[in-house]
Amino acid sequence: MEGKRTLSFYLLAAFFAAYVLFLYGPMIAIFTLSFQGPHGGLTFPMNGASFHWFERLFAGNGTVKLGDSFWRSLWLGLVVMALTVVFSVLAGLAFRKRFKGATLLFYTAIASLIVPSIVTSLGIALEFRIFDDTAHYLFGNTFDTSMGLFTSGLGAHLTWTLPFGLLIMFAVFNRFDSRLEEAARDLGATPWQTFWHVVLPVILPSVFGVGLFGFTLSWDELARSSQAIGPVNTLPLELQALTATVTNPDIYAMGTMISLISFLVIAFFLALALWVQNRRSKLPNDAGKGV
Amino acid sequence: LKSRAASTLPGHFSEQMKTLTKEKIAWLQAGPMALIFALFFLLPLLFVIIVSFWDYNDYEMIPSFTLRGYVDSFSGCIVNLPSLCTMFATYLETIKLCFLVWAITLLIGFTLAYFLAFHVRTTTWRIALSLLCTIPFWTSNVIRMIAWIPLLGRNGLVNATLMNLGVISQPQEWLLYSEFSVVLALVHLFTFFMMVPILNSMLRIDYRLIEAARDGGANAWQTVWNVIVPLSKTGIVIGSIFVVTIVMGDFVTVGVMGGQQIASAGKIIEARLNALQFPVGAANAVLLLIAVLAMMRGLTRAVDIRKEL
Repeated sequence: MEGKRTLSFYLLAAFFAAYVLFLYGPMIAIFTLSFQGPHGGLTFPMNGASFHWFERLFAGNGTVKLGDSFWRSLWLGLVVMALTVVFSVLAGLAFRKRFKGATLLFYTAIASLIVPSIVTSLGIALEFRIFDDTAHYLFGNTFDTSMGLFTSGLGAHLTWTLPFGLLIMFAVFNRFDSRLEEAARDLGATPWQTFWHVVLPVILPSVFGVGLFGFTLSWDELARSSQAIGPVNTLPLELQALTATVTNPDIYAMGTMISLISFLVIAFFLALALWVQNRRSKLPNDAGKGV
Repeated sequence: LKSRAASTLPGHFSEQMKTLTKEKIAWLQAGPMALIFALFFLLPLLFVIIVSFWDYNDYEMIPSFTLRGYVDSFSGCIVNLPSLCTMFATYLETIKLCFLVWAITLLIGFTLAYFLAFHVRTTTWRIALSLLCTIPFWTSNVIRMIAWIPLLGRNGLVNATLMNLGVISQPQEWLLYSEFSVVLALVHLFTFFMMVPILNSMLRIDYRLIEAARDGGANAWQTVWNVIVPLSKTGIVIGSIFVVTIVMGDFVTVGVMGGQQIASAGKIIEARLNALQFPVGAANAVLLLIAVLAMMRGLTRAVDIRKEL
């Protein structure tokens, strides 16, 4: 790895740069086009520059509305994030011990990642339909449907985010030095103190990573929601329905707004992880000083 | 049993108690996740299988045991021979898409991972560049699909540029809402799933093996082909499993980028569900599941064959 850069380095670096351009180019195109002038269309060239399409979006008088689906997706994303973090960290701790069914749980999580989303989504829809029909049969039509954002929708999203959370926790605990815990125990820490003061600070950057996956994967989730979300729509579902019908930059303005939220969340979590990492390395270390 | 264990081996007994409570704690910790998977993954899969054997009419599904869902899925497959029925034609098309996307993402993903693992020298740069490739994965897939419209559309940037350069005389229609744009979008969205596992495998490779290969007189290509590829095998297989299963079940990308004109295994399920024909949709889902499992078996076996050689 030492020495002068070879030709293959420059070729590969060029390939990498081309890939990054391929990755971001189209997104930059629609971000730019969302500032299209009032008479501009869906394609280049720019016909002036304005906030026209954003104003329409926020005023709610365009063909596209942020509206309720925006808040629904945001709340669902936050709940999915919280549950993903808590359940993944707990399960990660469990997998450090031996327990019956550990292998089964692990392979179920992997299967949940791999089974096509439409199959899982259909299954959840069928489960809730059959539950509804049974309940209606037994108790009469006391309610319409049990399907909804925070029942079937939440479950559908968790089947997608939890496997990622678990895999990240596996990666963390595989590298975890368990002597830290032993030391804490030897010094008289209770299991809870050991977790709170020793284990959690070490795994914290990755816990933020799990949170990032939890929110963003839910915020953008589409395939699993399609059958299982119930009577209301999430933001990606609205957006997908619009792709076929909208013929002006309204949709780009909405796309830019949704991406902006994604980027803010990504930046927030990355900054948080970086901050924790830095603080740890700067903190005074009294190891070996007999304090 | 308790008293005997306690009387003969008190130390052993308390040790046993400890592991027992330890296991109980582990169960409590894994419980929430296990419950979610049981309620929202395993049970639903069971319902898909059960309902695939149910009967149906225009507006509801009827509990019974019939093969109607499967028979309807394959309607015309024998009568219309030798021309292909919808089912076979769709699966053929999906497998073709799948193979194309797999081959391209493998090539790109491997090259990117190779660059990051063996040519980027500091960990900081490696993390930064990996993040650069990961960030789009955390943004919306639908938006990343829509983003191709201003580039590939009839009046898009690509057509405009090519016409200005005089390469073409009229806009090319095959750029958008075509098989080409579906493959392009799938590669755009899912190369990430190929790159990450391969990079992970490559970072575990003992660098001395590569030095040894070089000292032994291997050139760069020989080192890649005979040392790095076999040692990244696990990552390649994991990445392939991700990409193959995603593309086989995809209906969103095929729908949006294919202008709802291209059929896929996922889309025929969606069409049946939109028509509220749940048992046929479920039967199709079971068939898709079998197809995906068969391909995964093939993939994992391909690895074992390599090991035998």
